[in-house]
Amino acid sequence: MPERPMIEIENVSKFYGIYKALDDVSLSIAEGEFFSLLGPSGCGKTTLLRSIAGFETPTHGEIYIDGAPSLALPPNRRPTNMVFQSYAIFPHLDVAENVAYGLKRLKLTPQEEKKRVGDALDQVRLSGLGQRKAHELSGGQRQRVALARALVMRPKVLLLDEPLSALDKKLREEMQVELRTLQKAVGITFILVTHDQYEALALSDRIAVMFGGRIAQVATPKEIYQHPRTRKVADFLGGMNFLKARVLGEQAGAVSVDAARFGAVSLAKPHGFSASDGHVTVGIRPERLRLLWDDDRAPHELAGRIENRAYFGEVTHLTVGIDGLEEPLSMVETNNYGADDLPIGAEIRLAFDPDAFVLLAEDPPVSRV
Amino acid sequence: MTAAALGAAADTPPPARQGRWVRSEEARGLAMISPTFLYALALLLLPVLTVLAYSFWTQDYLDIDRTFTLENYRQALTEPIYRDLFVRSLWISLVVSVATVVFSYPIAWFISFHGGVHRNLWLFLVTVPCWTSYLLRVMSWKVILGYGGVLNTGLISLGLIDEPVTSLLYNSNAVVITLVHSWAAFAILPIYVSLQKIDRTLIEAARDLGDSRMRAFFRVTLPLSLPGVVSAFLIVMIPTVGDYVTPRLVGGKDGVMIATAIQTQFGKGANWPLGAALSVTTMVLVSLAAAVVVFALKFAVRRIR
Repeated sequence: MPERPMIEIENVSKFYGIYKALDDVSLSIAEGEFFSLLGPSGCGKTTLLRSIAGFETPTHGEIYIDGAPSLALPPNRRPTNMVFQSYAIFPHLDVAENVAYGLKRLKLTPQEEKKRVGDALDQVRLSGLGQRKAHELSGGQRQRVALARALVMRPKVLLLDEPLSALDKKLREEMQVELRTLQKAVGITFILVTHDQYEALALSDRIAVMFGGRIAQVATPKEIYQHPRTRKVADFLGGMNFLKARVLGEQAGAVSVDAARFGAVSLAKPHGFSASDGHVTVGIRPERLRLLWDDDRAPHELAGRIENRAYFGEVTHLTVGIDGLEEPLSMVETNNYGADDLPIGAEIRLAFDPDAFVLLAEDPPVSRV
Repeated sequence: MTAAALGAAADTPPPARQGRWVRSEEARGLAMISPTFLYALALLLLPVLTVLAYSFWTQDYLDIDRTFTLENYRQALTEPIYRDLFVRSLWISLVVSVATVVFSYPIAWFISFHGGVHRNLWLFLVTVPCWTSYLLRVMSWKVILGYGGVLNTGLISLGLIDEPVTSLLYNSNAVVITLVHSWAAFAILPIYVSLQKIDRTLIEAARDLGDSRMRAFFRVTLPLSLPGVVSAFLIVMIPTVGDYVTPRLVGGKDGVMIATAIQTQFGKGANWPLGAALSVTTMVLVSLAAAVVVFALKFAVRRIR
């Protein structure tokens, strides 16, 4: 990203007693970027977000917000605003008063204040609901109020702590689109904490995947999905078939391996690659395997039999046993050609593209104490 | 309800429906509260009605004349002695409840926000003074506040004063000090409960939106704990107006409150109707005062926004 960095996190660690919630995290987030912190619960993503907001004080390191060292500043003196997971709508105030809460300090004229509140409510499509009390709002509306209340402050950085996790699937998908549109419209840096990989993929300019208090990989959604660096990252971002492969040879920028029944495969060599014992893990996404029907032919084919089948409406997930492979392969087929009608035990052929394999590094051992 | 259900059972027997009512939430609820309800009816409502009735009668030594009269109320409201006593009682109870709430709030706040794992221990310690008899606690204040008492001798030995302060005991100050101490636990608990119910994220949200700790307290914590403050206020104020023991023991001449006058009418004065009228007037006045205080508090907190 060529833009100016808005948030710079330098070697931040946070200990609770001897427990490491954050372990030497460094990260740079650009101005106007939609950045996601993705990881399972307890990975430290919320602690990192709360450290940026000022609710947690890291034990080591420094956080620069728009160039200014910020750890010494209390939350009310940071140019960040937060949308809380529970939304934290003030129950004793109505919607307009909630949105105007932070403006009171700015000593605006009543007209200015009213205008800014009105604009913020328009932005989140809540115009006309200013007089509602918090308890009269639906989950989606509460979420919008929380968003408007933070945006009305015109922060440099908007922090979102799992803002969509309390909504049902349909509403969540709607809000994802809206959030993305809103971010592009206001141009503010958004930092989203989520454990939902699809949400992170759909919304973000870049994603940081975290495990055990550390950042495992930072990349664009496409990069992180197609070229996950480690097995854990690959696994967290959707399905992946893992195979043990033997290294055949190394060239500049490439490694060729023998991927069992898939044959010899040439893979891009990741930075700092080393195969100590001559064995590596490679992966291929389930949707990169394709069923072959009747007379279909493909340059790379494998024969197998269906061991299990799960119907998901638009797609069917198949588990296919292949002779000579320890683990059965999982694959995803659209239901246009009748994959959902294949009986268990049916003999099938599948096609694969050798370029679809990725070489996965070993995950560093996790120690939180 | 019961009557209706029995009636329905009488003409066309729908045993299923009756059985259903007996097993319904409503029936079970009524059954649960009925012992308490009957108890309250017998020991609270009936005596109050009796007092109300007496206040409209007259007494001639031992005989009660049951003709309706408002004479007692005329006396209660116009006699300067009773007027002074009403004003003083209301004033003392107002000062006591304000002081109790003001002293109790920080304690409740501390326990709720900084009590940590020892919260229950703190609450337990708050209730410890209530283990000794109320009388003993009042008497011990006599020891503390008296002419040769702990406070005076202490201040003298520290060289802060030369001779004992006499304004400590046997006046309304003594009544206020003693009552504030006695009622503190009853104010701390409701305030603590309402503070406990506040979602801590709301305070974080206020801080995030630019409030200092202090402003976040006044704009979020205080308004949301208002129900606790109001109940603490009422719990202290209502019984204090009619308190008898404390003024009697530490109040001296200047600390006499309305309850003493009521007791006199029912005792030596042998004028039950006047005593009843004074009691009813006290009840009405304290209800009005309480209502004014509740509205004033709510209004004040609304203004903070």
